[in-house]
Amino acid sequence: MKLPFDEMLDAAGKARPHYQIFHNWLKQQSDTLMGLKRAEADLIFRRVGITFAVYGDDLGSERTIPFDQVPRIFAAKEWAQLEKGLRQRVKALNRFIYDVYHEEDIIKAGIIPAEQIFNNAQYRPEMRNVNIPRDIYAQIAGIDIVRAGEGEFYVLEDNLRVPSGVSYMVEDRKMMMRLFPDLFQKYRVAPVEHYPDLLLECLKSVKPEDVKKPNVVVLTPGMYNSAYFEHSYLAQQMGVELVEGKDLFVKNEQVFMRTTQGPERVDVIYRRVDDDFLDPLSFRSDSTLGVAGLLSAYRAGNVTLANAIGTGIADDKSIYPYVPDMIEFYLGEKPILNNVPTFQCRKPGDLAYTLANLDKLVVKLTHGAGGYGMLVGPAASRAEIEEFRAHLIANPDKYIAQPTLALSTCPTFVESGVAPRHIDLRPFVLSGKTIKMVPGGLTRVALKEGSLVVNSSQGGGTKDTWVLEE
Amino acid sequence: MLSRTADCLYWMARYTERAENTARMLDVNHQTSLLPQPAEFLEQSWKKLLTISKLEADFLSKYDVINRENVLDFMIYETSNPSSIVSCLYAARENARVIRGKITSEVWETQNTTWLELQRILEARDQADPSRLLDWVKHRCHLFRGVMYGTMLKNESFYFINIGTLLERADNTARILETKYEDQASLKVLRAQNNGGDNEDGGSFFDFYHWAALLRSVSAFEIYRQIYSDQVVPKQVAQLLIFNKQMPRSLVCCVNELISLIAEVENNQSREIERLLGKLKASLDYSDIDEVFSQGLEEFIESFLERINHIADEFSTAYLIPLASN
Repeated sequence: MKLPFDEMLDAAGKARPHYQIFHNWLKQQSDTLMGLKRAEADLIFRRVGITFAVYGDDLGSERTIPFDQVPRIFAAKEWAQLEKGLRQRVKALNRFIYDVYHEEDIIKAGIIPAEQIFNNAQYRPEMRNVNIPRDIYAQIAGIDIVRAGEGEFYVLEDNLRVPSGVSYMVEDRKMMMRLFPDLFQKYRVAPVEHYPDLLLECLKSVKPEDVKKPNVVVLTPGMYNSAYFEHSYLAQQMGVELVEGKDLFVKNEQVFMRTTQGPERVDVIYRRVDDDFLDPLSFRSDSTLGVAGLLSAYRAGNVTLANAIGTGIADDKSIYPYVPDMIEFYLGEKPILNNVPTFQCRKPGDLAYTLANLDKLVVKLTHGAGGYGMLVGPAASRAEIEEFRAHLIANPDKYIAQPTLALSTCPTFVESGVAPRHIDLRPFVLSGKTIKMVPGGLTRVALKEGSLVVNSSQGGGTKDTWVLEE
Repeated sequence: MLSRTADCLYWMARYTERAENTARMLDVNHQTSLLPQPAEFLEQSWKKLLTISKLEADFLSKYDVINRENVLDFMIYETSNPSSIVSCLYAARENARVIRGKITSEVWETQNTTWLELQRILEARDQADPSRLLDWVKHRCHLFRGVMYGTMLKNESFYFINIGTLLERADNTARILETKYEDQASLKVLRAQNNGGDNEDGGSFFDFYHWAALLRSVSAFEIYRQIYSDQVVPKQVAQLLIFNKQMPRSLVCCVNELISLIAEVENNQSREIERLLGKLKASLDYSDIDEVFSQGLEEFIESFLERINHIADEFSTAYLIPLASN
């Protein structure tokens, strides 16, 4: 079997040019020293409280996300191409969301079947003909990308609802600088720490039109949410309030927060609460995380939500196969980034193929996230495959299938020393007045040998991501 | 600032201060319990420690005997006791975690490290030396305040933290004084019963340790010496802890500081708090220790506690409970 592409070493086992310096440096480091650095990193993450609550673990237990000391490095040129592709893709996705809630051109043109949109649970009829600032729906997008070979990148999924992980991108960089300052003298690494500044600028640029100095807040489900650290981190770094639903109220279709000096108007909400929980009057009535009447204030144009309500229609796995078509349709351009070939199990032909090749394919729930509800064929047991087959036959509409990609690997510190582990990349794309992003993103690594699941909720780790400056 | 944020800042500070004062009281009791003294008195002094915080019933539902080991266990480790040191440090850290964005990362890391170190102490709980542990608690609380003063902007966050600290401190100082004063009275009775009062030397020797311990529990032993250059006399001890404007844990000092802090966070509901604090200050300013003793120290303190806690309630209503939504 062909070995997966290794980020650091070529097929002959020699370091690739942009990894050359690092490779030499790494050879000179003793295992003991690297072990000590690793322990130091864990200690610092704990003391600083950069922790993650894992669902299904003991109540109140906090874990640090394993941090790996070998960075994932991009040469400037390769990144430039990726960045271009990301901008193109996010631009098209935003155009698409606008379209499905307004003119529906893409449906009229027969590119996407109407039932794929209107029967989708992620489509929010409440958003029909609602106009929002700059027609931007996904101000913050996290696009998951994997590499299969030299210059061969695939978009695995688009996260357009409440993508998380950006705080780890920044904290991993700080940690690398703290542990190995000498490396940053050997390499010119593009900085990422200004992400919160870009985010604030982006959020301000989508303020309601009549507001002069917008009051921006971050809305969190609360301290028991697994990403609470990130919510609090971003609010602090942007210098804005971190609010919970109970801190806000709506009066005369305007949103206010309760402060020690009385009610204060809120104009832009960077919300990290899912659509379903945002407003108990309009969505789930049992939600205690939202704000009663928020939707009415939003529809009246008195507050901006980032991301908008209803973006799920564009990152649903059943819509994913159409993204390349969207790019051509809205932008008249050839897609720069590849989609993974996808079998839509709702189509009889695709279903038959999938059922016949379950041991070779990755099968996913169209509404799933976080690596749950999926089958990785080559890694699954016979029993698991048969169990999944039953689900698939019962509900073909709910699934898509993709060939198992040979995800690239990156050398990673594991118990047995340095060994290759599969990785992906989540760059964060900010869309406001213009599209902005910091170079790189969050590299996630599957720490188990051979595993392709990089999600932190399932024991994945993270790496610092370097984009080298020319 | 969000009312909920102010609430967390306030309680983070109160719980930290409470942990410190509990540690102080326990330490002093632990030290004095090592002195030769009547057994009834020993039990009495541990019992007082429970009644001071209205915890006697909870304690007796868990333990049979009131003694040093059990009270230390209950007041340091017991998580079902909301006033135990472990509970206070936990609550302080949880509050800090919610509003970590409103305090400096140094302040947050101090609170978090305290909690992480406490986990290690709890793991080796059998070997824990009470005095060392209590010293550690005091030290961590000092560190919290120091880091806060050294790193935080003097803004609303800073003021709400200080208001929490001072309201808790005023309450705690008053309670410590009250308990120890009652101790003194019951000791007199015991001594009279035991030896008819003819062992004057031994008695005053014990008196000295008793009052010295009280002073130490509020870091005031050296201050007392410096100010009075005199024997440790109960009346002067009370005077120092109630009326001395320079003594950071005295009632007057807490009230004065609260007045200037409230002025910094003034809102349209703060008038009543200012009025109550002003009245309390006036009643302290225009009184003296002789008047307090002729009124009865216990009565004086009861009334002080009632007033300061009423002020804390008013403060909650004006700032912490989300203001009316209309």
